[in-house]
Amino acid sequence: MLDIEIDGKQLQVPPGSTVMEAARASGAYIPHFCYHKKLSIAANCRMCLVQVEKAPKPLPACATPVANGMKVFTHSALAVAAQRGVLEFLLINHPLDCPICDQGGECQLQDLAMGYGGTASRFRETKHVVLAKEAGPLISMREMSRCIHCTRCVRFGQEIAGVMELGMAHRNVHSEIQTFLGRSVDSELSGNMIDLCPVGALTSRPFRYSARSWELSRRQSVSPHDSLGTNLTVQVKNDRVLRVLPRENEEINECWISDKDRFSYEALNSPDRLEKPMIRVDGALREVEWNVALDYVAHALKDIAANHGAESIAALASPHSTAEELYLTQKLMRGLGSGNVDCRLRRCDFSSDGRRAGTPWLGMRISEIQDLNAALVVGSFLRKDHPLFAQRLRQLARKGGELSLVSVTGDDPLINLRARITVAPRDLVRALAGVVKAAAEQKGVAVPAGLEAVEPCEQARAVAASLVQDGKKAIFLGNVAEQLDQAGQLHALAAELSRLTGATLGFILDAANSVGGCVAGALPAGDGLNAREMFARPRKAYLLMGVEPEFDCADPGEAVAALGQADLVVAMGSFMSRAAQDYADALLPLAAFTETSGTYVSAEGRVQSVQGVCRPRGDARPGWKVLRVLGNVLELPGFGYESSEAVRDEFIPAGASFIENLDNGIDLPLAPISAASDDDGGLTRIADVPIHFADPLARRAASLQKTRDAAPPAAFLHPETLDRLGIAAETRVRVRQGSGEALLTARADAGVPPGCVRVAAAHAATASLGGMFGPIHVERA
Amino acid sequence: MAVLGAIKPILTVGWDGDAAWRLRDYVQRGGYRALKRIIEERIPAAQVIDEVKKSGLRGRGGAGFPTGLKWSFMPRDPGEKYIVCNTDEGEPGTFKDRDILRCNPHSVIEGMVIAGYAVGAARGYNYIHGEIWELYQRFEEALDEAREAGFVGRNILGSDFCFELNAHHGYGAYVCGEESGLLESIEGKKGQPRFKPPFPAAVGLYGKPTTINNTETFSAVPFVLNMGPEAYLEAGKPNNAGTKLFPVSGHVNRPGNYEVPLGTPFPVLLELAGGVRGGRKLKACIPGGSSAPVLPAEVIMDCTMDYDSIGKAGSMMGSGAVIVMDETTCMVRALERLSYFYHEESCGQCTPCREGTRWLYDIVHRIEHGAGRPEDLDLLGDLTKNIMGRTVCALGDAAAMPVQGFLRHFRDEFLYHIEKGKCLVAPEVQRAGSTFFSATV
Amino acid sequence: MLTTESVQKIDREIAKYPAGQQRSAVMAALAIAQEELGWLPGEAIEFVANYLSMPPMAAYEVATFYNMYDLAPVGKYKLTVCTNLPCMLSGGVDAAEYLQRKLGIGFNETTPDGRFTLQEGECMGACGDAPVLLVNNRRMCCRMQPDEIDKLLEELE
Repeated sequence: MLDIEIDGKQLQVPPGSTVMEAARASGAYIPHFCYHKKLSIAANCRMCLVQVEKAPKPLPACATPVANGMKVFTHSALAVAAQRGVLEFLLINHPLDCPICDQGGECQLQDLAMGYGGTASRFRETKHVVLAKEAGPLISMREMSRCIHCTRCVRFGQEIAGVMELGMAHRNVHSEIQTFLGRSVDSELSGNMIDLCPVGALTSRPFRYSARSWELSRRQSVSPHDSLGTNLTVQVKNDRVLRVLPRENEEINECWISDKDRFSYEALNSPDRLEKPMIRVDGALREVEWNVALDYVAHALKDIAANHGAESIAALASPHSTAEELYLTQKLMRGLGSGNVDCRLRRCDFSSDGRRAGTPWLGMRISEIQDLNAALVVGSFLRKDHPLFAQRLRQLARKGGELSLVSVTGDDPLINLRARITVAPRDLVRALAGVVKAAAEQKGVAVPAGLEAVEPCEQARAVAASLVQDGKKAIFLGNVAEQLDQAGQLHALAAELSRLTGATLGFILDAANSVGGCVAGALPAGDGLNAREMFARPRKAYLLMGVEPEFDCADPGEAVAALGQADLVVAMGSFMSRAAQDYADALLPLAAFTETSGTYVSAEGRVQSVQGVCRPRGDARPGWKVLRVLGNVLELPGFGYESSEAVRDEFIPAGASFIENLDNGIDLPLAPISAASDDDGGLTRIADVPIHFADPLARRAASLQKTRDAAPPAAFLHPETLDRLGIAAETRVRVRQGSGEALLTARADAGVPPGCVRVAAAHAATASLGGMFGPIHVERA
Repeated sequence: MAVLGAIKPILTVGWDGDAAWRLRDYVQRGGYRALKRIIEERIPAAQVIDEVKKSGLRGRGGAGFPTGLKWSFMPRDPGEKYIVCNTDEGEPGTFKDRDILRCNPHSVIEGMVIAGYAVGAARGYNYIHGEIWELYQRFEEALDEAREAGFVGRNILGSDFCFELNAHHGYGAYVCGEESGLLESIEGKKGQPRFKPPFPAAVGLYGKPTTINNTETFSAVPFVLNMGPEAYLEAGKPNNAGTKLFPVSGHVNRPGNYEVPLGTPFPVLLELAGGVRGGRKLKACIPGGSSAPVLPAEVIMDCTMDYDSIGKAGSMMGSGAVIVMDETTCMVRALERLSYFYHEESCGQCTPCREGTRWLYDIVHRIEHGAGRPEDLDLLGDLTKNIMGRTVCALGDAAAMPVQGFLRHFRDEFLYHIEKGKCLVAPEVQRAGSTFFSATV
Repeated sequence: MLTTESVQKIDREIAKYPAGQQRSAVMAALAIAQEELGWLPGEAIEFVANYLSMPPMAAYEVATFYNMYDLAPVGKYKLTVCTNLPCMLSGGVDAAEYLQRKLGIGFNETTPDGRFTLQEGECMGACGDAPVLLVNNRRMCCRMQPDEIDKLLEELE
């Protein structure tokens, strides 16, 4: 440890610390703009100049390493004179438009100008003007004259997002932050640059001019999207959410959130919001009062149970729902006598049901990811499925750790990879088996039975070599690995690889309550039907909790057909959908995530309960209350809850921060694997779930829908496959799966394995298609 | 090169003739002898560094840092290391390295290879100023000759010492003359200087230990080793060893490079350059490249051309570039042009330089154009203090020092501009000073 | 985008640098592209960036930082005159004004026939040979008295 004295205060800091870090530890504030604890040091703003004993000139605290015995004065006459001088330079070309600047009230430059600045400027020259820049639908760069060139945004792109979209072009006072040729900023983490900007140069385009920061009340919340458990600050004015910002939590999202977390709030105010209960009367949906709607639903359910048996009723719940909603959905179904409940919407292989040791989870704490020495991710559209998990893995690689990918497309994770295997979906098991076999060989142990015929490729050996080395290692299964028809085998192989290499096995789960749904028991019970069977074997009645089956299910065509033939479909959710108008008999408007209390259990098993931050829209009501009343109307026992906490305490131990005893173990025999797949020459679909279509909220977020990530689906094929099919790139094609079809543009993409067609799921244009990784036909349109 | 009386040149011997730059000519003049001796006699690297140290050779780029000492900062252990030569010569008034590349590129190559041997580097780059494309090409040709002859490349002169050397062509950015900006530029980035520490000897090109010296410094190395450190030391004066190229420009009859021992009286150098043009009166002189504070005639005429004397006079020897101004020069206009230069060449990275250099120029520009205000001169002085010592690199100081120098010695002229809205040196006098339409030198 | 010859030139530049440091060749590659195309359109910058596996924005930063790159079309002959102090003392500004009068254009303008673009340059490191001007970044012309300028313009016509 090194001794340092800051403003007379003695403290010890670890070697390698900077004066800035030491000052923070001592509680001293040193003004700064370019310095940010998560970014590399630029030392360009010079605002943090401090006096260091024996140094002839003031030194930048952010870039000056602590030397033993150093004495620092952060507010001596010399330091303050230097800081004042820098501030004057920063202000001379900065516009005096604070009254109309969105950053006003939360601007570091404004604060420091108040603290240091005079009332008049010595600058009598013409101010430098920077013309507005284009940066896409999320970030506004209209007032770039405000930029103070701290380059935080540039460094964020290079270091955190993994892609340099913003740069500082030109030089001297003409230096300008901009994108290449005015292109949009497309990173899924781009909104963080708005937070990082210490002035009002980069502002939130959706939020622009909608409120002053001091008019907003700040409430804590948690993201309902992916399984990270991202902590949010939701900002509300007049019962409307106007802005969402990260709530710093070093153990979870650090100080970042994804653009989906940040901008999906726009959907809360969308015209698609369901505001009144509706029931179908004479074939048409009519708005009714809550008691009418609930009576209608209760009677209909009772009738169907009486006439067809409770097993003719099924419930499907979205894992984006609160744990309380998931819990009460299954409790209601159990109360009715049906075990047909599931929340694993896109799963189609349930062979591991009953063979798992427990609830699948990340296998470790999120904060441990970046300290791994090696990691393998199997079956994931990493950046788009899990933007901040990807960021953690990026930091792992930046620190010298090794990341490998085994997946079905060559999407660039913007991470330096140790090795990568990209194969057709049907070969994913074989590819992973190759890694398992290579690991066994490298370890000098027996090759697991069933893998004798597998021939590991060079990349498989590299992946295995990365995992057999000493250190902390992990194998993560992603969304694709769960959605494939061989999900069980992938799980079993990954478990085998984990056993062989000592790497921790984990699941980077799909949704905010993927773990919570299992903990809440929203899974088939007894002989209950799972998410696939309940549509493959159509039921008389369906209860949908926050699900839009036309987008959210493994086989939307099959799901919608089953719903269409049912006598009763009760759709509980926050939005009206086009499809629901056809299949729903009752629509019950639910409070959206900011409007209800509830609990999320993240991939790492962390329990986070939140309060509603504003009143529900229209007549919408929190899901737990709706289900409570429905239970009461159905005269089911145990629905007398006073609060959502009372619901939670029934299935999560009171006060628990983490769910204990989550377990990724599996007891499923490995099926023998042949050397090569029997390629019948047919095409296989690869369906990604585009980031901004993954749940009902994101789908309706207007600004997110203008991003490149929300571009309409196309059919991506390997150039060789296009040639083989005699299809020219950029021409229209008809793709067919079963009875469903879609007209799309064919695009060449060398990252798609030959013999495959990448067609996104979860989009209206492709909703009538079948299985995500099933056979598909493509022909010229 | 003109030589006066007893002055014995070292670097510039044999620079006459169109083929002086060729390998054959260089070898005939004794070129590559030092390298051969080192390789053949297997002189230990530490001894080479020691000899350079003993010679007292100081960096010729501007800072005057002892060369041997700089080399000794490089880590001893093997590993990726680099030698970089700074031929990004763009400090107004400085044009000595251009003549070295024109007449004696092999001396630079030999110096760099020896440096590579001394510090254990296997690769080197010579960063050449963008505007001298023709000399970049010449250097590439010279490199081809040296490779062909076995002085550069794998197994130099049959030994196991390998040193790859290449030229990197700049493209117009003065700030790349700053060593860390230059390294960034070689790495394919904007030439934005890095903050220091760490210094290049620890974290240099591609993050590896790097020795970076000026062209003239490398060029002197073979001569230092050939004549012996003591003899080189004696060619100058204590603390100011050896000879140096002084590029003399501006109002002299014979602008050009003059190699004289450090410590040569300024009047001697001025006489070498043919004296003040047209027999006019010397008004002022910038003695070390445009960033050195200007000195009025009476001060500079008493100086000797070395680090100590010029430093004592309140300026600095810098690159040794001497800009001579006669009585027809308007000092406000002169400063305006220099201030524009520093503003234009500011990399834009750090606040005091980006904003401050432009502000300085704006004010001087106003004064020159009759819109000065009484408070401007104090403001200028204040701004230079807010820039100096507070920037990432020395460009801030380089922009501030001329302002301070001009104001210190020629404040009256600035005041006259502010008060009268016109120039103390009448326009017709200034015009008469121009030689453009009367090409009589 | 670029001719094979230009790409080969770029490859030669890449070979100067250690493996994996191909980005070091970006300045040369941009210069080669500009030499072929006359200026640097965005597509050329993007081509170079992709060829060197670097972000286009990083290449754009380089192209806009160094002032010998032209991000807009210039005349067949770009004349860059140094007007910095040492040149100014020796007729650099006079030479620039002389050129402006002769060509009928100001700085950063191009003659209507597209032949000449005039630019004001910073120090070219040739102060002893003032006035100095540069033709198309490559050819340095020294001691440019009026008759020398006349001769040069005639030669370039």
